Amino acid sequence: MMNKIENKNNKTKRYAANILLAAVFIVVITLIDQNLIGDQYIKRVLNLSAIYAIVAVSMNLVNGFTGLFSLGQAGFMAIGAYTVAVFTVPINYRASIFYIVPQNQVLAQIHLPFFIALILGGLAAALVALLIGIPVLRLKSDYLAIATLGFSEIIRIVFTNLKTITNGALGIKSIPGVSTWVIFIVAILSIVLIALLINSTYGRAFKAIREDEIAAEAMGINLFKHKVMSFAIGAFFAGIGGGLFAALLGTVDPKQFYFTMTYNFLLMIVLGGMGSITGTIISSFIVTFGLEFLRFFDEPLAMFGYNITFFRAGFRMVIFSILLMILVLFFRKGLLGQKELSWKLISNIFKGKNSNKKSNKGGAA
Amino acid sequence: MSVLKMDNVVMKFGGVIAANNLNIEVEKGKIVALIGPNGAGKTTAFNVVTGVYNPTSGNVYLNDEKITGLSPDKITNKGIARTFQNIRLFSELTVLDNILIANHLQVKSDFISCALRMPWAKKEENAMREKSEMLLNKLGLLHLKNEISSSLPYGEQRKLEIARALATDAKLLLLDEPAAGMNPHETNELTNFIHTIRDEFGLTVFMIEHHMDLVMEISDKIYVLDFGQLIAEGTADEIKNNPRVIEAYLGVEEDAEN
Amino acid sequence: MTLETFLQQLANGISLGSLYSLIAIGYTMVYGILRLINFAHGDIFMMAAYFMVFGMVNFSLPWYISIIIVLIATIALGVLLERVAYKPLRDAPRMSIMISAIGASFLLENLATYLFTGVPKGFPDITFLTNSVTIAGVSLSVATIITPVVTIVCLFLVLFITNKTKIGMAMRAVSKDFETARLMGIKINRVISTTFIIGSSLAAVGAVLWGSKYPSIIPLMGVMPGLKCFIAAVLGGIGNTTGAVLGGFILGMAEIMLVTFLPALTGYRDAIAFIILIVVLLVKPTGLLGEKVTDKV
Repeated sequence: MMNKIENKNNKTKRYAANILLAAVFIVVITLIDQNLIGDQYIKRVLNLSAIYAIVAVSMNLVNGFTGLFSLGQAGFMAIGAYTVAVFTVPINYRASIFYIVPQNQVLAQIHLPFFIALILGGLAAALVALLIGIPVLRLKSDYLAIATLGFSEIIRIVFTNLKTITNGALGIKSIPGVSTWVIFIVAILSIVLIALLINSTYGRAFKAIREDEIAAEAMGINLFKHKVMSFAIGAFFAGIGGGLFAALLGTVDPKQFYFTMTYNFLLMIVLGGMGSITGTIISSFIVTFGLEFLRFFDEPLAMFGYNITFFRAGFRMVIFSILLMILVLFFRKGLLGQKELSWKLISNIFKGKNSNKKSNKGGAA
Repeated sequence: MSVLKMDNVVMKFGGVIAANNLNIEVEKGKIVALIGPNGAGKTTAFNVVTGVYNPTSGNVYLNDEKITGLSPDKITNKGIARTFQNIRLFSELTVLDNILIANHLQVKSDFISCALRMPWAKKEENAMREKSEMLLNKLGLLHLKNEISSSLPYGEQRKLEIARALATDAKLLLLDEPAAGMNPHETNELTNFIHTIRDEFGLTVFMIEHHMDLVMEISDKIYVLDFGQLIAEGTADEIKNNPRVIEAYLGVEEDAEN
Repeated sequence: MTLETFLQQLANGISLGSLYSLIAIGYTMVYGILRLINFAHGDIFMMAAYFMVFGMVNFSLPWYISIIIVLIATIALGVLLERVAYKPLRDAPRMSIMISAIGASFLLENLATYLFTGVPKGFPDITFLTNSVTIAGVSLSVATIITPVVTIVCLFLVLFITNKTKIGMAMRAVSKDFETARLMGIKINRVISTTFIIGSSLAAVGAVLWGSKYPSIIPLMGVMPGLKCFIAAVLGGIGNTTGAVLGGFILGMAEIMLVTFLPALTGYRDAIAFIILIVVLLVKPTGLLGEKVTDKV
């Protein structure tokens, strides 16, 4: 009985804390959106973090929850980004953008509202994922890594060559922007949807495949169907992330989506924890901000009149890759492992309780 | 009527014949054991039945329906579920999740309605949870439902694996050495457990086992395999007195156990 | 197209194919033993090319001494890679090892960019390799001609090691069944080191020949050949050395023939390998010479 009352008490407390957290969040986003706090730079990095969080969580769905090694996130982002770019640039700007090779006549006439273009970009990415996934995931998922890495490279080649659609290496400029609110709402919606899927029976099937393919198959789970499903859903949300990315930057070109971009997301999911959504969200912000702050490593630095020679272009990425290696070699579980951040986990940590007994689902944050 | 029938099943790996002309019938409601020395091809026979291997020749029938060469998940969907020699639980997941996963094959809602928590998907999920908890309760595992399955004691893990197979709603259960690594007391408990679930769920059980006390006590029929060949079949008493079996297997095994 | 151009392209195809073969052997051997896609293998190849540049340009050593130094340095790098990035994760989930492989590959690429800058470096001229000879009216560089010869010799050497020596027998045992081999007392670490030594030395040889044919060295030069050579290994049947060589030849040939016969599609020459990968997985997933591997249940 005592326990029950205490439980209820805790529940009310958690409820209140969640509401407080949501309120703080709304206030902060509104202030940033209205340029009342922070500057343009901070705002941009925050928006970028939110977008990267979508893509990283989508990658975690595939890699962390389903146990497939996919490296195609940059390519799927490119598809989403280009879809938004092609369809949302105002029609009267287009001739001046496609000034060398004119745009495809049909496409030149089509203008779509941002949200429709965004969804279309996600669907296009998912469709391409099906085309890759159906042959590759039928047997050995080992080859998915190579196939997706190759795809990321090829999609760049294709976008460079399809000049009448993508304007080739010049890229597409003048993509209408969106507000911080739009980015954050889409990000939250996407991540919540992925989380709901993971906590559904399909998500459990994905985890079963990650844990033991042979046992999962023996339990009647169609491996191929569920792998393709997870992979395509992951691609869909990477496409959504790409669409937002295009709107945030206002310009797309093939070079932005170099396959090494995927490694950013890899670092995020390893740092946050393969199989932890909240961990991935936190690490997306840490890594995105970190990469910005690490930029000073690329600048020459003089101290007490001496030039510190190792501070020069490229040093940032060396640190980045060493960080990835250290994480995977020594801190394989990342911040949260397969756990989710929740008030219960936090209070357990504060009470010094061993919290590895159960993965806490739901909760806040 | 036979639930499972293996008809002249041959399984070759390169030049090695792991199973040669196996003819095995398992009748409805019976507990049938497959015994034989290590490497006799028992697990190979199981793997052929469950679709892990496609036999070189011969056929497998479930209730007179040919299931040869179907993929493992399709065969489970037809009503055969199995356990593994070296327990294969979803070790990082909870006991309840393990059972819920085995329910997934019956799910009708598509992934979108499940993710959006549509009323029909929710109903299905709730029904699935209720059914799983009932199963755990029946098998005396309910108090462990939120434990990570790898943290369970060995005997409970074996039990959970059987429970998980049951959760697929299979009517034919294939148990691959369910008593491996168990002490006499645990084995005894397992014997009762298998009997109980057979009666309660109307199952047919086909099992591979090394513990002779268990096999002799529980089986309605025994098949003996040696070097991929069936060398004997019959009731426990018939097998006990079969000179070929004693020569190939029992004598050695009894010595080793005493 | 004249017959001369065709023959010229044919020779180029064979030569490019043999370069792919040399790198593909490294992939196929490591995959055979560790079931690991060694993503960093292409970058080991890239580093070997830089070692050659340093040996001959920065230290003005003659080519034959440089080659020996390149071999030693590349082997050392390959073994170091295995020790640092793979060995500590031997019992970790496969996902972690794959991530470590990606991390190592990315680190080598970034390190090369940082140390040598992204500006292309010219590969030193090894005159006897870049000299051209005219055969049947077709002018070819010596490198083009000797590359297939070197590849075949290397293949026979590798086959000799794996089939006729004690360590080779251990390698075959490990690739058949890692755990059992370990239980049988085979020194797993020695086997793995040997595999990396062989793979890295072939990558070094490949880099010297590659540089003589395509003398522009950049930090990301190993990425595409790396991906393609893994595909070549899959095409030939992963784990099978002869298959890797065969796959490499086919891939190189397909690429050059695409450029020769469909010049409009030259931009897509890098895509062809991936189309081949998809086709192989659909038609014959075990590859041309591979055997079916069944998982233990």
